[in-house]
Amino acid sequence: MSAAGTLAARAPTDRVLWLVAPAAMFMLLLFIYPFVYGLILSFTPPQGDWLANYRKFFTTDNLWPTIWTTLKLALPATIINVGLALPIAFMMRVKSRYQRWITTILVVPITLGTVLIAEGMLTYFGPKGWLAQFLQLLHLYDGPIRLTHNYTGVLISLVISGFPFAFLLILSYITGIDPVLARAASTLGAGPREQFRHIYLPLLAPGLAMCFCLAFVQAYSVFPSAVLLGAPAGPTRVISIAAYEAAFEQYDYSLASAIAMIMGFVQLIIVAAVLGLRSALYRGPVSGGKG
Amino acid sequence: MGKGDFIARAWRALLYGLMTLFVVNIGLMIAAVATNSVARRWLGTWLPEGWTTSWYLAAWKEFQLGDVLLVTIEVVFAVVFLALLIGVPAAYTLARREFVGKRLLMLVFLLPLMVPPITYGIPLATVLYKAHLAGTIYGVILANLIPAAPFVILVMTPFIEQIDPNLESAARVFGASTGRMFLHVLVPLLAPGILAASLLVLVRTIAMFELTFLTAGADSQTLVVALYYAVFAAGVRAPQSVDAMAMVYMGVTLVWLLIALRFVNPTQLVSRVKEHPQPA
Repeated sequence: MSAAGTLAARAPTDRVLWLVAPAAMFMLLLFIYPFVYGLILSFTPPQGDWLANYRKFFTTDNLWPTIWTTLKLALPATIINVGLALPIAFMMRVKSRYQRWITTILVVPITLGTVLIAEGMLTYFGPKGWLAQFLQLLHLYDGPIRLTHNYTGVLISLVISGFPFAFLLILSYITGIDPVLARAASTLGAGPREQFRHIYLPLLAPGLAMCFCLAFVQAYSVFPSAVLLGAPAGPTRVISIAAYEAAFEQYDYSLASAIAMIMGFVQLIIVAAVLGLRSALYRGPVSGGKG
Repeated sequence: MGKGDFIARAWRALLYGLMTLFVVNIGLMIAAVATNSVARRWLGTWLPEGWTTSWYLAAWKEFQLGDVLLVTIEVVFAVVFLALLIGVPAAYTLARREFVGKRLLMLVFLLPLMVPPITYGIPLATVLYKAHLAGTIYGVILANLIPAAPFVILVMTPFIEQIDPNLESAARVFGASTGRMFLHVLVPLLAPGILAASLLVLVRTIAMFELTFLTAGADSQTLVVALYYAVFAAGVRAPQSVDAMAMVYMGVTLVWLLIALRFVNPTQLVSRVKEHPQPA
């Protein structure tokens, strides 16, 4: 389709190319330039040599562990979100009367926003919240319930805010696979599980990798919920808190930029690992089965 | 056969169970916030001792919700308008043309969606402070445009690919310039896609915390940032008025999301598809 378009509209001078210019200029000015500026800034600390910021980051006790703290939150959250979203989206691929309702209900938590989730969890999961009262009423669990102001609280909030997004994305990828392929497989006697294993999973691999990366970015940049629901001084002191403190509490923009760059670098390593894993597990057309 | 059947059924039941658990707990969580926002005093009992709507009035006055909502609306609509203005033409070029450096350009448009907002937000805030734009509403709009414009491009490209290029050629044959062709042929045909993209950008921008947080000043906060400050600086404030504000926030986003879902089938956000054939 796009090849035909290229041929058909090639005749007049290609002023169409200029249409991409404003957006490209904008990205250059407000994305690339600040990024490069930040990179240079991170290598020009007010004191010390060009690596001083990075040395400081990796030798200060409340800075370098933030990488692990963040990964320990973001990786499980992403795996839970994608792992739950995949089978549920696979089940929802068949159009039915309820499909649209269920998808809408599952997507609505996107609107909640971190603060409402935090407030809601503090009230609902808190030591005297409805959940605690309910569990004690049924004598299911009588001990103190600690689901907030710790690691678990942040993880739960990441699942609540991240799952709908992962679900929406995977659902749209799954429904993008031509159902004729699955019907052909079922003619040959493949049940849903074999269809999933041999038809959907290979075709989904690129979308799944993309979804994992996007969901990971979301969880990785966790900031408000780590402060409001976690223990921002200890177990949920994530890297974005460290970056924010450096920039807006110590006004050390140079160090803050260095932390931001480290953050982006770790993120890119994960993305590269996911994409590498995908191509190691499956080789084939990058996009297939679209209608 | 019988055993496989059982496993399949148990699997479905497990999935439905998980979905129910998720939805019920979130529903109760929202209900808890809603209850607290109209509660007089609520400490460790099933239901509060009395009801009142005064927290909404308190929140409105205390947090200058009127001003905050106005700023939010200004920011969100400016971002949507500008993102469409630069995003749609760019998506058109990317969908229709091959040129040197196209892959690099695509990467530049994809990166803001793949990199955590804080990573580019902090250097961006530094640059905007140098340019005396940070702390103003213009800075907030510019910062929010960075993920919004690529998002428009990403959503619009499949919509544009669906349009028959012969229509454009026909417009050319009749002597239409690129601008006229865009205005009279493409924009009307793209209306559903433009609507979808603008609603999604709208919902995303309302919810965008990090970039607004890093670039906003005292009088250029959007709702989500004002809400964060309200909770963060809590202690002096009654939690009920924070909850009231959180309900206002949810109401605002929910309305727009439901409008969006009315026009956009959630299953068609990323890739365009055939309708699923009904099993015979």
